[in-house]
Parts: sequence; C-alpha cells; structure tokens
Amino acid sequence: MHDDKNKPVLELCAVSKAYANRHVLSNLSYTLAAGEYVAIMGDSGVGKSTLLNLIAGLDAPDSGDIRLNGLALTGDDDEAATALRRRFLGFIFQAFHVLPHLTLLQNVSLPLLLNGLPLERAAVMLASVGLQGREQDFPFQLSGGELQRVAIARALVHRPRLILADEPTGNLDPDTAEEILQLIRAEIKANAASAILVTHSQAAAATADKILLLDRYGLAPLTMERTP
Amino acid sequence: MSAALLSRWLLLGEWRAHRWQCLVAILAIMLGVALGFSVHLINTAAVSEFSAATKSLSGVSDLTVQATQATFDESLYPQLMQTDGVAAASPVLEIMAGVPAKADGRDDPALKILGLDVFRAATITPDLLGIPAEDQPFDTLSEDAIFLSPAAMEWLAVRPGDALQLSLGTKTVSLRVAGGLARAHAGQRLAVMDVGAAQWHFDHVGLLSRIELKLRPGVQHAAFKEALARELGAAYLLMEGRDQDARIRNMSRAYRVNLNILAMVALLTGAFLIFSGQVLSIIRRRAQFALLRVLGMTRRQILQQILLEGGLLGVLGSLLGLLLGYAMAAGALRFYGADLGAGFFTSLAPSLPLNPLAALLFFAMGVGVTILGSLAPAWEAAHTHPGPALKSGSEFVALRALRMPWLAGLCLLLAGVLTQLPPVFELPVFGYLAVVLLLVGGIAALPYLASLSFSTLLRGVDAQGRGVLRTLILARLSNASSLAAIALGGVLASFSLMVAMAIMVASFRVSVDNWLAHVLPADIYVRTMIHQDLRGLTPAEQQMIAALGGIERIDFMRSKSLLLDSARPAVTLIARPIDTRDPANTLPMTSDALPPAQMAATAIPIWVSEAMVDLYAFETGKKVTLPLTDPPQTFLVAGIWRDYGRQFGAIQMQLSDYRALTGDQHVSDAALWLASGMTAEQLITALDDLPFGTSLALSQSNQIRQRSLELFDRSFAITYLLELIAIGVGLLGVAASFSAQTLTRIKEFGMLRHIGLSRRQIRRMLGWEGGLLAGFGITLGFVLGVAISLILIFIVNPQSFHWTMQLYMPWTWLSLMALAMLGAAAMTAFAAGRRAVAGNVTQAVKEDW
Repeated sequence: MHDDKNKPVLELCAVSKAYANRHVLSNLSYTLAAGEYVAIMGDSGVGKSTLLNLIAGLDAPDSGDIRLNGLALTGDDDEAATALRRRFLGFIFQAFHVLPHLTLLQNVSLPLLLNGLPLERAAVMLASVGLQGREQDFPFQLSGGELQRVAIARALVHRPRLILADEPTGNLDPDTAEEILQLIRAEIKANAASAILVTHSQAAAATADKILLLDRYGLAPLTMERTP
Repeated sequence: MSAALLSRWLLLGEWRAHRWQCLVAILAIMLGVALGFSVHLINTAAVSEFSAATKSLSGVSDLTVQATQATFDESLYPQLMQTDGVAAASPVLEIMAGVPAKADGRDDPALKILGLDVFRAATITPDLLGIPAEDQPFDTLSEDAIFLSPAAMEWLAVRPGDALQLSLGTKTVSLRVAGGLARAHAGQRLAVMDVGAAQWHFDHVGLLSRIELKLRPGVQHAAFKEALARELGAAYLLMEGRDQDARIRNMSRAYRVNLNILAMVALLTGAFLIFSGQVLSIIRRRAQFALLRVLGMTRRQILQQILLEGGLLGVLGSLLGLLLGYAMAAGALRFYGADLGAGFFTSLAPSLPLNPLAALLFFAMGVGVTILGSLAPAWEAAHTHPGPALKSGSEFVALRALRMPWLAGLCLLLAGVLTQLPPVFELPVFGYLAVVLLLVGGIAALPYLASLSFSTLLRGVDAQGRGVLRTLILARLSNASSLAAIALGGVLASFSLMVAMAIMVASFRVSVDNWLAHVLPADIYVRTMIHQDLRGLTPAEQQMIAALGGIERIDFMRSKSLLLDSARPAVTLIARPIDTRDPANTLPMTSDALPPAQMAATAIPIWVSEAMVDLYAFETGKKVTLPLTDPPQTFLVAGIWRDYGRQFGAIQMQLSDYRALTGDQHVSDAALWLASGMTAEQLITALDDLPFGTSLALSQSNQIRQRSLELFDRSFAITYLLELIAIGVGLLGVAASFSAQTLTRIKEFGMLRHIGLSRRQIRRMLGWEGGLLAGFGITLGFVLGVAISLILIFIVNPQSFHWTMQLYMPWTWLSLMALAMLGAAAMTAFAAGRRAVAGNVTQAVKEDW
C-alpha cells in the first residue's frame, strides 16, 4: 500500500475556508512527512475540526489545494474523495463511534471489507490493542477505554498512511487517557503511519513528535521536536 | 464478496437489535398484500365462474337473439332458420320458477329452467342435453320430464324418478326428475326440459326468451349481425360472447373496484408505517451511517444498504401476505360466498385458481411500496454531511428535509380540482385520487400545523410560568414537530379513514332506512314467490284480493325487466299508480322533477332512477323511447327518483299507461293498506285462505325494512372487516413509531434522570406527549376524515353506484372511536416510556449512538 515512503503524506497549499462570511482557515499551508506524528492545538472555534474535515475530504476548501499521498482531493467529486479516504485514512473520534450491533471483530473488519482486503488482520489488530479473546463481544460489554482501543484497531487495520485523531481521550479518565495515548503512538509507529492528533490537552499533545498551534494566522510549531 | 459480507453484517446486526420493529413492518406489509390479493382472487374467481357458467348456456352459439323484453313471439324462430348465413338455430325459453320446498329458507327459492328443442340444442348447446334413464330414451321429449344439474339435484335433495313441485305466479307445476345433464358447469343450479312442455306448463305458449344461432362457415359475423339487427328492429338485441362478458363484468364492477380500493388502503397504510419506521430507524442510526461514510462507504452504497433493508422487509412481508391472502380467499369463498355477501353471484361455488401473474403483481406492489416508503429517508441519509451527522442532535436537521408545506398545499389544491372531474369508464378514478391526495396533503401539512399549534400552547404555558414538565413536553412537540409528525402520521391516516368510512356507511344506512320508509308506505306487501315473476297475479286473482274485507287501499304493481343495452344488465320497469300532480307522494324523488303544468297532456310520463341519468342520459324533460311496444313508444322523463335497490337503473310509470300500451293485465306485487279495525295478522290470515294463498309471499313493511337493513349490513360486513384491519395496521404504526421514537431518545431520558427527573415523571411526560400528539392527530384526522367522507358520499358513490345519499354524522360512534384511539396512543407512549427508562441511566448517557 505504501508506494513511496518518502513522498509527503499530506500537502496543504494555501487552503482557505469560510462559513457564512466567517473566515475559519485563511491561506493555510503545511506538509506532513511520511511517518510524522503531529499534534494540533488551538482555541475552540479556531478551525481544528474544519481542518480535519477538509483533510478527510468530507468538506471542500473555498480555495487552495489538498494532496493526500500525492493525489489531489477535489471537494466536488464525492466518489473520488470517498475512495481516497477509504484507502489512505484512519479515524479515531472522541466519542468512539463503534457500531453497537456489530461484534468487536466485525467493527474492526469494516475498513478491510470496504477496501476488499483479507479479514485475518482484524483479529491480529484486536489482539495488538489488548482485546484478544473478546472478538465476539458487543460494544455494550466494553468500558470507554476498551471502546477506544477498538476504535484504534479499526483506524489502523487497513494500514492507512494517515491517522486523524480528534480528541481521542476527551471522554476518558486521566489514567486510561495516558494508556490510550501511548497505545495510539505505539500502533502508529508500529504500522509506519503518519498521524494528526487534534487536542486541547497539553499532556496528549506531548505524546506527538511535534506540536502545532492553529490560530487565525495559520499553523505554527509550538515546541521543540521530540525524538522518537 | 466483501461488499456483500459488509451488507449482510449491517443488515443482520440491525435486525437482530430491533427485531420487533422489523416484525411490525413485515406484519403491516403482509396484511396489506394479503387483503389486496385475497379480494382480487375472490373477485376474479367469482366473475370468471359466473362468466363461464353463463357461456356454458350458449354453447357454441355465434350469436344470441334476444328481445328487449323478457320474452318474444316464437314466430321469429322459423324466420331466422330461413335467414341466409344461419347454419343452425336453437330456440330457448328461460323461466325462473319458484321451488315451494325452499320458500321458507334464507336461500333465493328460484330455479332456472331452460326449455330447449332437443334436436336443435344437440348442435349448439350439447352440454345442456338431458340424459334420460336407459329404459326411458324418450324422456327428453316427455312433457312431464325435467333434467337437473348435479348442483340443482343436491340443492333440491332429489334423485331421478322423484317428483318436483315448481311454481310460476300462483300456478304450481309437478314434474318428474328424469335424469342429469350431459355436462353442467360445476356448482350451477340449472334445470332443462322440452321447450314445448315448458311453454305449456308455465303459461308461455308461443313465447321464447332467446334464439341461439350458429352461422355458416365463411359468414362475416359483424356484417351478418349488422344486417340482422337492421332487419329485426329496436325490439331485439343481438349479442356475442363478448357482450355477455361485458354485461357480467359491468354488473359487479363498481363493487369490486371499491373493495379493491379498500384493500389498497390497508396496503398504503402499511407503506406509511414502513416510511415512518424507516425514518425513525435512520434518524437513530444517523451517526452510524455518517461513520460508515467517513470510513469509506459511498453515498450509493449507503442508499443501496437502506433500500435493501426496506426491500427485504417488503419481500418477506409480501411473500407471507400472498400465502395469507390465498388462505383468506379460500376461507372467504367457503364461508361467505363468491360475492362476499353483496348478492351479485348467488348460487355459485367457484374454485380458487392459482394466478401467478396476479401473485407477481401483488408481490411487486408490496415490495414497491416498501421501497418507496424507504426512498426519502434513504436519500437523506446518503446525502447528509457526515461531519455534523456524527454529532448528537443532528436529527432535527435531517427531519427539516421532510418538511414540505408546499407539497401539502399542492396536494390539497389538486384534490379540490380532481373532485370536479367526471368519472373515467364509469369509475370514480379522480375521486379516489382526490382521497389519496387529501391524505398525503394532510400528512405533509402535519409538521407545520403541529409546530404552529404546540408553539402557541407553549407560549401560553410560558406566560403562566409554571410546570417544568409541561414546558418540556410542549417545547419538544413544537420544536421537534417533524419528528412528532412521523408518529402523528399513522394516527392521522388511520383515524381519518376510520372517520370517513364511518360517516359514509352511516349516511348510506340512514339514507336507505329513510328510503325504505318512503317506498314501503303500505302495511302489507303481497307478491308471488319469485321476484319479477313473468306470470304474477292474474286479473281474477287481483280481484279476489281486492274483494277481501278490511283493506282501505290497494295498489297493484307490475315489474318487468327491459334490456336497453346488450353490454349492461337489464333495467327494471315498474308500473304502478303514481300521483302525477305530486310524484313525491309515491316516489322518493330528488329535487329534479318536471312541474305537471309543463307536461303536455298527450305525453306519457315516466320517472327514472338516478342510475338511468348516468347510464342512459335519461334527463328530466327529455323525450325517450322504450321498447315496450312495437314500434317503440315515446315517453317523457318527468322526474328523477332515488333508488337504492337497483343499481343498474329503474323506470316507473303509471299502471294505467302500461296496461293501455301493452294490454298486459297481470301484476307482480300488491301493496295493501289496512282499514281501521283490521289487524295485519287478520288480513294475512285472509290472504293465506285464498285458493292461491300458499303461492303468495306476504310481508309486513317493517319486516321488509328489517330484512333489507340486515342485507345492507351483510353486504357491508366485508367493508367493516377491511376497515378494521386498516385501523389495526394504523394502530400498529402508532405503537411502532412511538416505541421507535422513544428508542432514539434514550440519551435524552438519561440526561433528564441525571438532572433530577424521576422515572415516573419521564413516564408521565411520555404519556402526555403521546396523548397530546394523538389528540392533535385525531382532531386533524377528524377534519380530514370529514373531507374524505364528503368525497365518498358526493363523488365516489354517485359515480360508482349511481345513487346519491344524505350526509349523516354518527357522533356517538365517532366519539367512541376517538376516545379508543386516544387511549391506545397514550397507553402505547406510556408503555414505550416505561421500557425506555427501565434501563441503566449511566449507560444511557454513555451510549455514543
């Protein structure tokens, strides 16, 4: 799936987005290298979720280009954006979003099914997030931390090039949050994926390779790079 | 493979988690399809059987010559035999004779007797030949022999060699059962005897009912028919097989179409149930579909998935519906008769055919309405933006798409326009369409009207500043009016139909009751055993009745059938004394009548039923010809009267005019008014004591009235049943949508419990919500139901059955129905709430869906 490991995973070129004449993102540019794990922080309403939606192809910029693994995302072609999202992206949400009527194994298998890949890796991924033997359990039998583990396994199971995590520990207690953040980092690195973590938490951001601050001027590094 | 597996997982997961909702949806479609299919099967079986039975009487005949009156002079027979192009001709005298042994039963005591010339019939109707016993080969020509079909033998409980008593008018004839028929149609009660013997025994010497013609090979049928019709003149009608078919189909068409429409209403209510079920299910799963979109499912895949879910429910429901429909049709034919009690196809025992094409059609309709019901919510789910959809509270955005006040306005406007259009092929197609549009328009207007009403109520409560529970209830109902409208739609659809049918049936019944009071003014009615008896009462017999003491007034009436159009059933001519100066004293007139001053002294007036205006354009003041005499006489239509007894048309004229024109002095009925001091029982005893007293059927007017209303209720029994099932489906919908809505609100209840509301308060809140919603739906349903009933009464009925009726509101019955519906809805909401708050509160707020 990784055709060119040195190719930038994500390129944002002068991206702008406004809603009802309110500028959310103005002329934003950034390049995310392969294997890079960055955290994006910023005040509420500054456009962090909007940025993730644009990267995922769920929304289209008013101007500028977005390239995912070298391929341009065009907002007006939903089929193409869906295909790119399906193949190259993985998602981790604050509210877990695990389908309640599917087993854990079926939930993790969803991206494999959508990409037409063999299903064997779903069980392996569940095991790697510590849920071995729980394959046939249903989501209501799990705690919040366990649900987020399922979400992490689902985000990585099809070996995407980029993981988008939106406040993945927002619903968890500090101990579980720390455990989940370490798991996310470990799994991202183990799968040689890149990742963007959007968070309000300094502690969560600190687990990334780099912390960026999003404000009305754009994206800028907040701290020194951390060594892997 | 992967896509199919994913689809299966999603489908089975959803069904496993919400099996009751699936079951309700399947049940709704199953009932709708079953009703539609069974009514269709019964109708088709009855009409086909009746048609086949009638055709079997004509054998291989190419053309049937029949008079506009019941009989004609047999001198036409040798004339036709010599006509160029005729290969064979078979004279037939058809007599409906009474069976005294069956006079006291509930069955019609009439037996159809065909008088045939055995040598002529052998060529054209060989199936109708009698099979004599081996030692009596000439019985087919014997004057006292009669041959019976197996069904007639079974009905009369006779065997060859037995004597059979039959009657015509007051005359009784004793015949000998000589054997069976060569090949009678299964279930058909029929007797055959020599034509000469039949003429002699039943006082029809020199008369025939029809002549069957077989044409020579190579003769152009159309040209021959045209030439012969010209030669015979207006007193005769020439009929081919297809004319008879058309007549049979016309006879019960309106009734059959109405039944089919009622069955379709049940199916449509089922479709609406699927729609509301799908909308609520999709709202509940809105975030799930958004996640699947984020993970890479395309819009088309989402759309396909939802349609597949709906479609499969439709497939299962439709398949079960076909099985149930077949069983219901078989049961109804066995226990209720081929015409479901309406009286069109009596003495028939049709078998139920397997009809793959009809089954396929109803299967497709079941699946089709299910997919249609799923389409709008599926489209919304597939095209919604996944980002916002992942957040809670987005369902209100989803429902905004379903708010279509313009559609409501358009539908209601169009319904109004359609009510002004004429029938199509004598069917109220536009009337039915207007009913559907009223329903759709009413449902589409619901969100807007609910929001308007409940927000007004909310403002009132706010101004008084009391009750958090009331504020919560009204805020929910006014701000989430679209969601409320989905549950309300079921209440509205079923209650409005219930109201419409109740008003229509009550109006019809009251109109029939008033009509009976008007047309049965006398104390006692006398007739012979068979309706429209060809012989009736002779002048001598009439004199003997009139000579009895204790009679203040006596009116004699003559009924005859007249065939005016070969493709329609015959109309009834009734000759009786009529008050020409004010015909309303005798007949139940509509307001349409010619003042006596406008009638020329030489004009012969007739008064026609409403059906005659619709079917034959006999309008007031119009001069029309009737084939009562040769050449036909001209009459003046002096007025229109209301007739609920004869759907295919009836004409009334003065008995004196009839006698002067035809010379026929016989009568069919007599109406007797008691003199003071005389009781009905005394007069009935005196009538019974007459020499021909045992041949008379005597009824007091209240007995006829009671029997007629019993018949009315019997013919509407199937309508009540269909209506009840439609209501059942509607209530099922209310239950399903309330319970599905409650499921979508589990998080909300969890939150309310966290901020301090008790379980009891939440249950009360839901009970009140359900009650208020149902109350609103019932109010609106009442308004809509009254509008639909007006269409049924003033458009559908006159266009289908050619009679008008007065409007009557059955307030007690309507109030009871409203209370029952209100109670059912509030109980359902309460029960659903009980289930919803029974769960773990912490789990409810933790759930991310």
